[in-house]
Amino acid sequence: MLKALFADSSPDGAHQGWPRVPVDADVWRAIGEALREGKLDLLGLWGDLGAVQCVLYEPATRQIASASLDARSGKVPSLAPFHAPASRLERAASDLFGLEFTGLPDRRPWLDHGRWPVQHPLAESSRPGAILPPYQFLQAEGPSLHQIPVGPVHAGIIEPGHFRFTASGETVVRLEERLGYTHKGIERLLCGKSIDAAARLAARVSGDSTVAYSLVFARAVEAALGSRPPPRALWLRAVMAELERIANHLGDVGAICNDAAFSMMHAECGILREQTLRACASAFGHRLMMDLIVPGGVAADLEPAGVAAILALTEALRGQFPELVELYENTASLQDRTVGTGIVSGALAAQFAAPGVVGRASGRAFDARLCVPYPPYDTAPLQIAARSEGDVDARVWVRIQEIQHSIGWLERALASLPDGPVREIVRAVPTSSVEGAALVEGFRGEVLGYVRLGVGRRIERCHLRDPSWLLWPLLEAAIEGNIVADFPLCNKSFNCSYSGHDL
Amino acid sequence: MRRRLFKNLITPPCTEAVSEATAGFEAAAEELRGAIARRLGRSLAIREVDAGSCNGCELEIHALSNAFYDVERFGIRFVASPRHADVLLVTGPVTLNMREALERTWAAMPAPKWVIAVGDCGAGCGVFADSYACVGAVSKVLPVDLVIRGCPPTPAQLLQGLLWLLRADGRAAADMA
Repeated sequence: MLKALFADSSPDGAHQGWPRVPVDADVWRAIGEALREGKLDLLGLWGDLGAVQCVLYEPATRQIASASLDARSGKVPSLAPFHAPASRLERAASDLFGLEFTGLPDRRPWLDHGRWPVQHPLAESSRPGAILPPYQFLQAEGPSLHQIPVGPVHAGIIEPGHFRFTASGETVVRLEERLGYTHKGIERLLCGKSIDAAARLAARVSGDSTVAYSLVFARAVEAALGSRPPPRALWLRAVMAELERIANHLGDVGAICNDAAFSMMHAECGILREQTLRACASAFGHRLMMDLIVPGGVAADLEPAGVAAILALTEALRGQFPELVELYENTASLQDRTVGTGIVSGALAAQFAAPGVVGRASGRAFDARLCVPYPPYDTAPLQIAARSEGDVDARVWVRIQEIQHSIGWLERALASLPDGPVREIVRAVPTSSVEGAALVEGFRGEVLGYVRLGVGRRIERCHLRDPSWLLWPLLEAAIEGNIVADFPLCNKSFNCSYSGHDL
Repeated sequence: MRRRLFKNLITPPCTEAVSEATAGFEAAAEELRGAIARRLGRSLAIREVDAGSCNGCELEIHALSNAFYDVERFGIRFVASPRHADVLLVTGPVTLNMREALERTWAAMPAPKWVIAVGDCGAGCGVFADSYACVGAVSKVLPVDLVIRGCPPTPAQLLQGLLWLLRADGRAAADMA
């Protein structure tokens, strides 16, 4: 499909990582048709100065490619009428760049709440900020329907976002999300930054995925500059990524059970999570492993004491985690809440190219570590976790399996870590703009990174797409027909990022 | 489950003593801690608001409630409603999109009330300085009484900061465990 679509165009030579093909509006629309037919997955779509770009994945051939379309006229055909998942991505691009997506059914602003001093902050000529009309939530009308507004400040210690429920008694008829509260203007801050300064920003797009973000940024920069980090660095990066996955999955399994009022599991998982973070701190010097993956390699080597700390952790997890899995499996009151709750159908998961745990719990067999493999996973593959029920229970089980797979992978990796340097200073100095793109499997799903470097190796444009962009809409679908009291359970089983989405 | 419960009964808790180090946080006024302790004794209800954080600080604030730090043993607890709160714990570089929600949360709290800014972003906007979308330090929006720095601060640092507030007579925090 990708081949046929791009038969008449040739890829841009400056783009590395995978091909980027400049296309015209007709091909852009043909992409829309292919997305509608389900032959391609849309992984991302973003604006640029005078252009839009999208990333496509063909499941049948496991090929990945970007397409870019000239948008200097300020207008581009919308993909949303063909493919609903494009809608929020286009609304965001419209907010940031002032692009007009012709045919976009939903024209409400998304990230712009009318509170910034500028409109279209990434456009060549931004306008002074304007007060926007109140946000119109979608209507759901009928006898006995009532609305429940929740947020942006929630009851727990979580990120801010607004949920507008329309309920009939206890049953949710419609949920609509309103996000953008944590928008920090990261994409404009990145413009003009040095590689090092940009790496620090990338590490803080979503704190729980700091390793994944640092990795995707580093790989995109390395692709653009044609550099390859030393082998030991590649392995250490993956060790950090798997530790991050284990820590977050442990937290999620506990928190999901906690939202089903089974706090014992939360306490037990909390202990294991803390032990994981402490192992990370003694191995790499930071509990969340922030700023440790840098373009060119890693900032800290793993000493023998660090290896021992991680191995002590995996041993502890091997001893204690199976007991908790058994506890989850054998507690009927807990299963009663999770089984059959918040179902995401396989069809929807496929349409939205549902990343990570949510996709794999609904039968979408995609994991960037396997499907678009990058070192060291290309030579040391991991087993893919898979379920097809698509409910909260399935998402718990995918996490449980992934924790188990990661423990085994870590032990094998630490036994065969290559020796040598862990960082190679990237010296290449481009004489014209160079671009790189990368895909990295974070704990939540794949994070996509695109970097364009200009003369002096300053960032010209960097876009980092959190998997939550494709997950949030599915949460709206998952809760439909469930009771309001099951929303925390469903929400936690997705655990979407607000900060990563809002940027 | 019974086996697990029994095992937990006979094994010692993993709860740890807290060191008294005071590096990493700065208070607006030294008399603050006496004031809070006099007013509230050893009971502190905290409402946390993420004003645009990357979620890193939230993860570590969460960790305060795990079995190692067990913040409730000091009488400190996180509450759902600002109406029940003594302290507003704020993270993030205060995004313009969150500013009003933060101010409203503060306004909903009954006096006496205090504000703690957590993390390098809450302290001074961190890496997000100069963004069109951020106000900056929490102190630009609310009167901040205590700042706990770090990116993110560790649970141990957070706990030291919170206990400092409650230490009326300078007793060691470890004594209070």
